[in-house]
Amino acid sequence: MLQGPEFLRISGVKKYYPITEGLFRREIGTVKAVDGVDLEIDRGKTLGLVGESGCGKSTLGRVILGLEPPTEGRVLFDGQDLASVRGEELHQVRRRMQIIFQDPYSSLNPRQTVGRIIGEGLVIHNIGTPVEQKERVRQIMEVVGLRPEQINRYPHEFSGGQRQRIGIARALALHPELVICDEPLSALDVSIQAQVINLLKDLQQEFNLTYLFISHDLSVVRHISDRVAVMYLGQVVELAEAVELFRNPGHPYTRALLEAIPLLDPNLPKKRWAGRMETSGPVLPEFCIFQPRCAQSKPECEKTAPELQEISPGHWVKCLAYNPLSSRV
Amino acid sequence: MNSALLEVKNLKTYFLTEAGIACAVDSVSFKISERQVLGIVGESGCGKSVCALSVMRLVPPPGVTAGGEILFRGEDLVSIPEKVMQSIRGNEISMIFQEPMTALNPVFRVEDQIAEVLLRHKGISKNEARDQVKDLLRRVGIPSPEIRMRDYPHQMSGGMRQRVVIAIAVACNPRLIIADEPTTALDVTIQAQILSLLDDLRQTHGMAILLITHDLGVIAEMAEDVLVMYTGRVVEHAGVKELFENPLHPYTQGLMHSIPGRSIGEDRSRLEPIPGVVPSLLALPPGCKFNTRCPWSFDRCFREEPELLAPAGGHMVRCWLYQEG
Repeated sequence: MLQGPEFLRISGVKKYYPITEGLFRREIGTVKAVDGVDLEIDRGKTLGLVGESGCGKSTLGRVILGLEPPTEGRVLFDGQDLASVRGEELHQVRRRMQIIFQDPYSSLNPRQTVGRIIGEGLVIHNIGTPVEQKERVRQIMEVVGLRPEQINRYPHEFSGGQRQRIGIARALALHPELVICDEPLSALDVSIQAQVINLLKDLQQEFNLTYLFISHDLSVVRHISDRVAVMYLGQVVELAEAVELFRNPGHPYTRALLEAIPLLDPNLPKKRWAGRMETSGPVLPEFCIFQPRCAQSKPECEKTAPELQEISPGHWVKCLAYNPLSSRV
Repeated sequence: MNSALLEVKNLKTYFLTEAGIACAVDSVSFKISERQVLGIVGESGCGKSVCALSVMRLVPPPGVTAGGEILFRGEDLVSIPEKVMQSIRGNEISMIFQEPMTALNPVFRVEDQIAEVLLRHKGISKNEARDQVKDLLRRVGIPSPEIRMRDYPHQMSGGMRQRVVIAIAVACNPRLIIADEPTTALDVTIQAQILSLLDDLRQTHGMAILLITHDLGVIAEMAEDVLVMYTGRVVEHAGVKELFENPLHPYTQGLMHSIPGRSIGEDRSRLEPIPGVVPSLLALPPGCKFNTRCPWSFDRCFREEPELLAPAGGHMVRCWLYQEG
């Protein structure tokens, strides 16, 4: 088969939301939820997308799925520009990309049976006869570790971990190629998280799935991803192979994130938070977005905007410390 | 010598529901001395939060504290009149709740919410209270407190709100702070700031902390002594170093194996989750409550429930693997 370009390619994607005021909804500014992101994912691989709340990682996931149109930029899915496809063609592309949501309590309709929830995509896409659809639902329930005889039960009869399995089954029923996992573990207890992580990894191997794995939990992202992108306030500040990123974090923000994780070793010295307080308000610094919180910021950081630099093969960092010009100064 | 600030003995808190009696906390005992941090760790529904609420006497109906003693400075909080409890709550024992979004009242200014507890317990004037509020906000690390004290909660970020909640909790210099998942709703960098703030306050004011969390990383960082809870029972109780170096109970071991490698290394091997789910409190199995999920269970585990005993020097565990007879 022709390998072709990357399976998913996002170039220059921006998503701005207007801030309006008063009766006539006069626009007084914009929130730059996603501000110029370029990413690629190869088929069958996992890209981890980490960042703290409000960094735009979920918005980016929604833009990729076409649930929100980008303000600027393109999303190429298997060589196809999502903005250019319409009607039946869009319908077909949509079948190939699915999402697993964060909260297994609010993302399942409490009035529908599990069979109907999982089979809804099959009905919408008109795949098979009703009997075949039911068979497919039973089959996929078995794949994700649910008992097929529970097909007529309702979501409230299941535990949190089982509900997340229902969400996964719904996403997989249509044989998708790309699955966006938007914080699929954060509502689950640790012992159940581990079960779901193993399930996601097994399914990826079995069906050659491509994952965009969105999470705020760096330990989970490291465990599951091939490559990792770190987002801060709408921008990707670092991108590298998972092992490389955790061994050699380049951006001060990534380092701060890694240092902030409490380690499972009481013999280590206690964490002292060295960085500065979080900023508040939607007004972003003009140049480096991390500068107000950065412990290593220099005067030039308030004058020059950093670009993503390749500091070693495949390892990109957006920080002036790696700028070849500034290092000579 | 009895140096315990708080001593809980055989605490039983039950919820009397229509479907039956749920023993949310079943014979839990622990001690906290001055300046100590005791951690309680466990998954949702294990009874750790109900433990905290029982100490504060804030268990919502149909929950009742059905037995046991809660000795605070030698006084049994279970039996004292509500009036006396009110003078202790927020004053000598205070609580930090999980959700900084819902713990604050959205229609009052931050200033008034902090002043409320001072006016209630300290009998000072409004002007004195205002000065103290400013001072408290500075102590919890809020920049330009004289301006931010006029804010409403929605004008602050999650981390700032949690600082305000902490300011309310420490306003009267309590002897004991109960922190129920104080950083769960926060991002990791903010979590690190809040934990180091709590530790600073403990060292400067000498208060004890009862820290309740599901995160073993937070426990490793903060606690000195740890209780591991499962289905309302304490299954393991040990010093923090001992617990992480030598976890005895299969549940504790399972929890540690479930966490993706957090040490610096490339451990990307398959995780070993605990199979199955936590049983419902209304349908607990006979014998050991962990028997259905335990890789080591044998016939005795299905017949009799083990007691919490210390096989070796102070490290207590509720498991037949470590008990003779």
